[in-house]
Amino acid sequence: MAVVFEKPKSLTDVQLHYCPGCTHGIIHRLVAEAIDALGIEGRTIGVAPVGCAVLAYNYFACDMVEAAHGRAPAVATGLKRSLPENIIFTYQGDGDLASIGMAETVHAATRNENITVIFVNNAIYGMTGGQMAPTSLPGQVTQTSPYGRDVKTAGYPIRVCEMLSTLEGPEYIARVAVNNVKNVRNAKKIIQKAFENQVAGKGFSLVEVVSSCPTNWGMTPDKALQWVEEKMIPYYPLGVYKDKSASGEVE
Amino acid sequence: MAEKVLMKGNEAIAEAAIRAGCRHYFGYPITPQTEVAAYMAKRMPKIGGTFLQAESEISAINMVYGVAGTGKRVMTSSSSPGVSLKQEGISYIAGADLPALIVNVQRGGPGLGGIQPSQSDYFQATKGGGHGDYHLIVLTPDSVQEMADLTALAFDLADKYRMPAMLLADGTMGQMMEPVELPPESGCTVEKPWAVTGTNMARKHNIINSLYLDPEELEKTNFERFERYRYIEEHEARCERYMMDDAEYCVVAFGIAARVSKNAVSALRKQGIKVGLIRPITIWPFPKQAIAEAAEQVRAFVSVELSMGQMIEDIRLAEQCRRPVTLCNRAGGMIPTPEQIMEAVKRLEGGNA
Repeated sequence: MAVVFEKPKSLTDVQLHYCPGCTHGIIHRLVAEAIDALGIEGRTIGVAPVGCAVLAYNYFACDMVEAAHGRAPAVATGLKRSLPENIIFTYQGDGDLASIGMAETVHAATRNENITVIFVNNAIYGMTGGQMAPTSLPGQVTQTSPYGRDVKTAGYPIRVCEMLSTLEGPEYIARVAVNNVKNVRNAKKIIQKAFENQVAGKGFSLVEVVSSCPTNWGMTPDKALQWVEEKMIPYYPLGVYKDKSASGEVE
Repeated sequence: MAEKVLMKGNEAIAEAAIRAGCRHYFGYPITPQTEVAAYMAKRMPKIGGTFLQAESEISAINMVYGVAGTGKRVMTSSSSPGVSLKQEGISYIAGADLPALIVNVQRGGPGLGGIQPSQSDYFQATKGGGHGDYHLIVLTPDSVQEMADLTALAFDLADKYRMPAMLLADGTMGQMMEPVELPPESGCTVEKPWAVTGTNMARKHNIINSLYLDPEELEKTNFERFERYRYIEEHEARCERYMMDDAEYCVVAFGIAARVSKNAVSALRKQGIKVGLIRPITIWPFPKQAIAEAAEQVRAFVSVELSMGQMIEDIRLAEQCRRPVTLCNRAGGMIPTPEQIMEAVKRLEGGNA
């Protein structure tokens, strides 16, 4: 009988530790499918963040490096400069990439460092138990914004794609979501594109994946996906924000 | 003998690193070590290497972590405030058992401090610096020649023991010019099967990591690392003994303080005072044995430091309180004169120790 669905080869057999309903599992799978599709597992090196995905180094079958909080783009820069023929990706959350690691993110982007960045935005710090993230929505209740995020004292959520796409450096900046089948299928295409860009030597490609955190949002998985649709996506519109090659810009 | 060239200390570090096979340098501008970066910026593109001016010292050390994970020789350099910023990354490099070279051309502190030479990062360099239980191999040059020689040695030791090494210099060493015989071309001779280079689908994936959520497992890595450290303490402590054979007093000093102390020792000898110098070349591992042996022989020690007295604690631990140890110091970027050191020794002679 023909096999029509199987686990991507670029994922190990280790059982994921993520909470029920968490979308990290889907995103891991999409990254692994892209690596499989391009046949690059043997030369890929991933960089895991600090946060919920810290143990990603156990889940991806390629060589992996665990970075300090926010430093993944700097570590990836070192890896890429040392091994330019290898494919280097980082997998980071919103606290990691958009708060403590913002400098590393912006500068890797402006250098057009030829790496792929997978940015999982679920608007909360998951691993530490649900604190306000740089991407938490105005009014969002978290452990450290118990009365809702007050933009007067806590500032506004950062739209990473919009901000990075103002830079001349980066090759490709896009935002996707994984809250329904249609969006997952699109996310798969965009993530693969972000790896294809690196294989073609085009440069810095970042995909923001709008994601859910049922546990720390205090919602059922289903309700959380609804919240992504109704609250997150309106604030974080999906789409390709920058695609240098498509717009005819030449390095 | 090979030809000597006149070089600045900072440039000697850079050229020696290139000759030792280092092709990746990441830095951030800070006085008084910027010549290292400037030299690398000129040379690296010509030899297919990487010079990258990072967005911060934090990023620079994490780029070092990335290259070190691939098994290649890599370095960064900075000065005191910048090295404080690097401590997070240094802790991760030590925790992941990676070889790398960190150069600290020290300036006065704390805080923004000043830009004149200092040795006040001794504690930070020798006792860990960042969080967690770890050490660096710390080498302390006292000449432009040693800036070059110890850079090459630091790469070898880092590779051999799979741990970060630090060249702890100071503003004087970095800025002064002396004739130097550059070390020959060399490179890493150690196999690195742990490196991340891509599995090539030929082996299980390698993981560069310092996270161990199981405390028993984490404890095990700490115990294993410290067993290695014990071996290093037994085998890699280095020092120079100067006029120690019949010495009754022992000056202990490294780097620029040792240079000044040598003049003081020679002048005191002319006055008939039997004084010698122990110059630690490694301050971790500290040359405990040499100090312990000297304690059998001398009446007292003088620790000469460009700090408020940091190495003096290691001297006391090594001589186990058998002899008085006094401090002769300047701080904040000031350098002791030979006369100040001579006075300190003479005070001991007078029995005021």
